[in-house]
Amino acid sequence: MNPMNYIYLSAALFSIGAFGVLFRRNAIVVFMCVELMLNAANLAFVTFARINGTLDGQVVAFFVMVVAAAEVVIGLAIIMSIFATRRSASIDEANLLRS
Amino acid sequence: METITAASGTTSLTWLLIALPLAGAVILLGTGRVTNKWGHLLGVATIAGSFGVAVTLWLSLLAKPSEDRAVRQFLFTWLDLGRFKVDVALQLDQLSMAFVLLITGVGLLIHVYAVGYMKGDDGRRRFFGYLNLFVAAMLLLVLADSYVLLYVGWEGVGLASYLLIGYYQTRDTAGPAAKKAFVVNRVGDIGMSVAIMLMFAAFGTVTFQGVFEAAPGASSAMVNGIGFMLLLAACGKSAQFPLQSWLLDAMEGPTPVSALIHAATMVTAGVYLIARSNPIFDLAPTAQMAVIIVGLITLLAGGIIASAKDDIKKALAGSTMSAIGYMMLAVGLGPTGYVFAIAFLLAHGFFKAGLFLGAGSVMHGMNDQVNMRRFGGLRSVMAITTATFGLGYLAIIGIPPLAGYFTKDLIIESALARSPIIGGLAIIGAGLTAFYMSRIFFMTFIGKKRWTEDVHPHESPWSMTVPMLVLAIGSVASGYLLMRDYTLEKWLEPVTGFVEPETSLSHVVVTSITLTSVAVGIVAAILLYLRRDVPQVAPEKVSFLVVAARKDLFGDAFNEAVFMRPGQWLTRSLVWVDNRVIDGAVNGVAASLGGLSARARRIQTGYTRSYSLVMLSGALLVLVLLAIVGR
Repeated sequence: MNPMNYIYLSAALFSIGAFGVLFRRNAIVVFMCVELMLNAANLAFVTFARINGTLDGQVVAFFVMVVAAAEVVIGLAIIMSIFATRRSASIDEANLLRS
Repeated sequence: METITAASGTTSLTWLLIALPLAGAVILLGTGRVTNKWGHLLGVATIAGSFGVAVTLWLSLLAKPSEDRAVRQFLFTWLDLGRFKVDVALQLDQLSMAFVLLITGVGLLIHVYAVGYMKGDDGRRRFFGYLNLFVAAMLLLVLADSYVLLYVGWEGVGLASYLLIGYYQTRDTAGPAAKKAFVVNRVGDIGMSVAIMLMFAAFGTVTFQGVFEAAPGASSAMVNGIGFMLLLAACGKSAQFPLQSWLLDAMEGPTPVSALIHAATMVTAGVYLIARSNPIFDLAPTAQMAVIIVGLITLLAGGIIASAKDDIKKALAGSTMSAIGYMMLAVGLGPTGYVFAIAFLLAHGFFKAGLFLGAGSVMHGMNDQVNMRRFGGLRSVMAITTATFGLGYLAIIGIPPLAGYFTKDLIIESALARSPIIGGLAIIGAGLTAFYMSRIFFMTFIGKKRWTEDVHPHESPWSMTVPMLVLAIGSVASGYLLMRDYTLEKWLEPVTGFVEPETSLSHVVVTSITLTSVAVGIVAAILLYLRRDVPQVAPEKVSFLVVAARKDLFGDAFNEAVFMRPGQWLTRSLVWVDNRVIDGAVNGVAASLGGLSARARRIQTGYTRSYSLVMLSGALLVLVLLAIVGR
């Protein structure tokens, strides 16, 4: 199978994720889109590692997963507390730092 | 040059002279209300102690041979900076001894008088603290052994006079008068500090002994420069032309202060400075001539001003200006004049203190009024004051055999020996003195009663009259005692030198001319103020000279036009430059940065999505660029 297909899939997933981050308002959805972009990147790393026959990409993919896991914990906690105080998960309304 | 030995035995008490009044000032000003009850007594006691020490020292100096009398008491090293070394050391010699006796003696009498005069004043303790400070500073001034230490006393006197002139804090006029005295004195102090700098630059030392030993080796320009700077300093302190303007306003202080300033302290400091610096002035004929001219101008100007003032204290202040003018004239004459200047200064200390205390006694009885046009006929109710004031009056105009005759005539004689013009002007001054002093005496004590209705004049309490009586005795006797058989000449000769003035006219002729001039002055005053009624309101239609004299010969107007207005204009323009140019630059930078950031702030929308869009666009841009460059 042509490894470039995986790259196309990765690009497609990343675009979907980026689109979601830019256009969705719900913090949970935005958050999932971010995860989607991370996984798209992971897919690209693994594919390139496979193409080049090295292990570097594989290793980086592991690091990304670890970071993503930590990010989920913190991100969800932040979203929870914002929801708890404002009764809304809209990221447009969470602009307290602006002024 | 006199030799100076280290102080030992009795003379090692010299430091007590200053320490006693200084301790009094510290206690009285430092302890607050606790000492209110007996503070004034402590003030008198410290001066009395100081006077006692002064007399003891005087007797011990008298016991020594004439050339060994100067002693120096080293106290401690004040500054030791490489070549610049200043010791705090006191020099007691014949000149400082004369001043110390005058300051503590007359000062003591004034303190005693002030106990009665200031009775009932809430700030009496503070007042005595200031008086003690004044005396301590003046004693430091005359006992210092270097110009730097003299400068400390010099400034101390300036500070104390400022505090005392502005003593009546509730009066609107007292504050500005105090400030005026302070500021005008600062102008003179510039001369003092520049003179000290010049001495250090030229001789590398600032002690009297070192400077006087090195002075003959210096260039004539340098010595004259130092002389002129010292003259400027003396003009400030002694209220000489052109720095005379503060003296008349200084009458805002309580009357004992006026007596102290005019008789024992402050204004005599300038004369002391020049007499002390005699080795410099003897080498600087130009500066010496300037001293004579300043003295002549001031003695005539003071006389003219005093002749037109209706305020008894201001008239007496003009008389002080004139008298100090005589002293300046005498010290300007060199070795023929120094001794006579000091003689007149000592005698003047007695009769001027007596006159001021007499004026204070009159004010005491007349509800603090000072307008002589509302006095008149006071001799019927104030016998002692009239007698003491009268003796002071006869002494100051030089009626033989009172103090002024022995001392002022000698100044006139040595002025005549120098030049007929100088002597002639001094004789005219003597006539003026006779005129204005007679005017004061006639308007106050003789003639019709022109009192306001609410006054009930009475004689003052004994604490005021006793000092006046003592001073009156001094006014009568001091001249004869000082000048009899060359007493003062022999005493001062090792310090100031003495040369008998050589006149072509005999002593009798000079005295007759002077007495004629005095008689003319008295007769003029009799015709104007005894034969005619004195109007109760000052007449408006008067000659230009009277108008000018009432306005202090336009001294204030001149200062205002030449120094104050341009000075204010300069400060205003500097303030403008500061506000607009310097502050403008600083504020402008801040404001433009602020404006810039206000614009930049708009980028921060607070919408997470817009931030992500920017990030994405940036990442894409980088990718595109990499793609282009990488190819």
